[in-house]
Amino acid sequence: MTKKTPERDNTAIIKAGLSKRHRKETIFRTMGLTSLVIGFCLVLFLLSDITHKAIPAFHQHWVKLDVNYDAEWLGYEAGDSSLEDLSYRTVFRKSVYQMFPEVSGRKNKRKVAGLFTTNAEFKIREQIIANPELIGTTKPLWVRIDDDVDVYLKETQNIGEPLIRIDEFEASLVKKLYDSNRIEKRFNFEFFTSGDSREPELAGVKGALMGTALTMLVTLLLSFPLGVAAAIYLEEFAPKNRWTDIIEVNINNLAAVPSIIFGLLGLAVIINIFGLPRSAPLVGGIVLSLMTLPTIIIASRASIKAVPPSIREAAFGIGASKVQTSFGHVLPMAMPGILTGTIIGLAQALGETAPLLMIGMVAFIVDVPAGVTDAATVMPVQIFLWADSPERAFLAKTSAAILVLLGFLFAMNASASYLRRRFESN
Amino acid sequence: MSSTSLIFIISFMALFSYWLAIKRSVTVAGGPKKIKQLVSLPSQYGLLTAFWCGIPAILFLAIWSSFESTVIESILVNNLPSKIQALSEQDLGLYINNIKILAETISIGQMGSIEDPAFVQSAKHLISIQSNAIWLKTALVIIIAVSSVLFLLSKISMTFHARNNIEKIVKGLLFTCSAIALLTTIGIVMSVLFESIQFFSAVPITEFLFGTQWSPQIAMRSDQVAGSGAFGAIPLFVGTLLISAIAMTLSVPIGLMIAIYLSQYASQRVRAFAKPMLEILAGVPTVVYGFFAALTVAPLIKSMGMAIGLSVAAESALAAGLVMGIMIIPFISSLSEDAITAVPTALKEGSLGMGATQSETIRKVLLPAAIPGIVGAMLLAVSRAIGETMIVVMAAGMAANLTVNPLESVTTVTVQIVTLLTGDQEFDSPKTLAAFALGLMLFVTTLALNIAALKIVRKYREQYD
Repeated sequence: MTKKTPERDNTAIIKAGLSKRHRKETIFRTMGLTSLVIGFCLVLFLLSDITHKAIPAFHQHWVKLDVNYDAEWLGYEAGDSSLEDLSYRTVFRKSVYQMFPEVSGRKNKRKVAGLFTTNAEFKIREQIIANPELIGTTKPLWVRIDDDVDVYLKETQNIGEPLIRIDEFEASLVKKLYDSNRIEKRFNFEFFTSGDSREPELAGVKGALMGTALTMLVTLLLSFPLGVAAAIYLEEFAPKNRWTDIIEVNINNLAAVPSIIFGLLGLAVIINIFGLPRSAPLVGGIVLSLMTLPTIIIASRASIKAVPPSIREAAFGIGASKVQTSFGHVLPMAMPGILTGTIIGLAQALGETAPLLMIGMVAFIVDVPAGVTDAATVMPVQIFLWADSPERAFLAKTSAAILVLLGFLFAMNASASYLRRRFESN
Repeated sequence: MSSTSLIFIISFMALFSYWLAIKRSVTVAGGPKKIKQLVSLPSQYGLLTAFWCGIPAILFLAIWSSFESTVIESILVNNLPSKIQALSEQDLGLYINNIKILAETISIGQMGSIEDPAFVQSAKHLISIQSNAIWLKTALVIIIAVSSVLFLLSKISMTFHARNNIEKIVKGLLFTCSAIALLTTIGIVMSVLFESIQFFSAVPITEFLFGTQWSPQIAMRSDQVAGSGAFGAIPLFVGTLLISAIAMTLSVPIGLMIAIYLSQYASQRVRAFAKPMLEILAGVPTVVYGFFAALTVAPLIKSMGMAIGLSVAAESALAAGLVMGIMIIPFISSLSEDAITAVPTALKEGSLGMGATQSETIRKVLLPAAIPGIVGAMLLAVSRAIGETMIVVMAAGMAANLTVNPLESVTTVTVQIVTLLTGDQEFDSPKTLAAFALGLMLFVTTLALNIAALKIVRKYREQYD
């Protein structure tokens, strides 16, 4: 601090306080650096925690099952034309019991069958329908292992010892399977190619990815043209009067309205008044585009404003009208900035969950949606649903879904900043 | 014909009329070589005609679709036997709904062994009205499109200014687009306001604002709605403020120090490294933070509390608040950095020239000068914290405890909105309406904060411009 009172030994006073002031300076500076380091550690902690939790989800244990396609068990008689309704469950159960002849008692037998995924019987059905000659033979079939066993195999140090949800008996069965080389660890491609399921070992993100793609498509198709048109109007055409002022203030405020409020709007107006279907990507897209519109308008306006007036004057000078100037000259020059804003807006929409909960995109949906009016869910909502599920294996699935979502977001943000940098250097 | 296929037909017709008008304008001019005599280009005549073909027809289609169901219903009601017409509104609605369901089953061809012949009669009547309506709609849309195209083709002449007309239309369209932002706000206000008014007619507003009991489940029994005091929102407000306060306590010092460090001390290399890092924090979806809070931070805090002998709830306010704070750090740091860098360098240089150290300059000159911008940033951050949904839905509790102890579980306004509105709902029950009343509170609060923040920031910018 500077002293203003004129004193003879000013220098001495300043010198005396100097070391204290320098110490304060160092402390202050260190505090700044510490904050930055804390921020960095938080990012690192967040990302590494999620990645660490996600790793198990990319692998899945499979188990070899010797299926005895016994005609009697199937209830199949020669000449039966329909293979759809044979008793595949019996075949599955009895084949499993055959693999463990020493197991007796209903409770224990149920545990044996529980080591395999619940859709094993459907796999057997698929096999027979594809290839009816199998009836009467015994063939090995690889099926997925139950999710609890899968988690057990990934976490246990010593196969054969009980852990978490696997008791001693089950552990001994797993050990037997493992020792006879019937268990194999494979990359979990199905995570990307199957829809949601109540069974963690079968659940995948394809449905949510498709839902996200459809929702984002609707959002893009609505918010981009509307946002750009609004920005052009406000920058190039709007007279400076009360109305345009109101619209401007209003857009700034809309940008900061909590997203859940947009969900309320979607529920009350788009679903209950206009009668569009609940849970549909169409409604989700409309709600998200209303939400991203302010972002796109603000970015586009800034970008249009940055186009030098000489461009407009040159166009006017050769007889172009205002509309022709705006669309033929200003807009192309502002396009990189507009695209950057659009990508950022879409990235926001991609990660948004709350408004979609309001419009019913939170339902459990197994089918992969094919159109914008089909019931669907999206990636963030899928993450929310899985995070709520009690099964332990969903923890890894959730983290893996988060990684997929973050991957998309980083790609979008990276492309936006690449565009911005290129735009700035021109 | 469905509206979607009609829109396709209209677009096709518009394309065709574009081509027709070009032909027509060339003929009017007297051959391709004389088109210079026209006041506008042939393609402009084409575009104008295409606009005329599409816009009225699509407008008509939109208006028709929005009134179709109401009109059909009223025709149907008028043709019902007077005994049924005399039913109460609710029963009538139910009856009509049954007719609609029956009509659908009949049109798929799955008629069961039913029922009252008058009922079947009205279902068949409904089917015939519906099919008539579709034919009428298709015919009218096509007539409108064709007649406006013909009208325009007849107007094409040497002196007809197509370009000016196009530009009027384009300006109108652009204005409509910019008005959508306004319509969105009006829609938001209307939707939360109407439902809230309905809610406040069932539950007095004073009870909602000042009551300390929140248990909307009790209100499922309609005789208990008003008397039970189940809709006192104070615990929600307190819970929201508690979590926001925790978030701000974490994020304000860290965010502000990061902003100061990055704008004043950091070298180019540090900035190039730190900026993307903050962008990552800012770009992480809130549902991810929610997952992080619920499955990593909350258990961590619980076990740490156990270790020092404190009882910590599994869904403590602390976990949600801390993670929300992490989410807000980049928001505060980037807005504050903008505010700090906006301070004219002359102020800073003057202070440094007087012999002040850098930290003294920052604390005594830069920060006081930037304070309006920083306060604006804080207000925006608070409004974000209050409106944040996913973190609290996943990591905060459901039960409304009136407490300020951060180790206990509290619930927030947004959590309650989500809980009340997800799952099965009847739209008129006070339980659902309560969510809209909470939404109104949320909207008003955040709006006030945003307006205040924008005002402060704007005023401060003018100071230095």
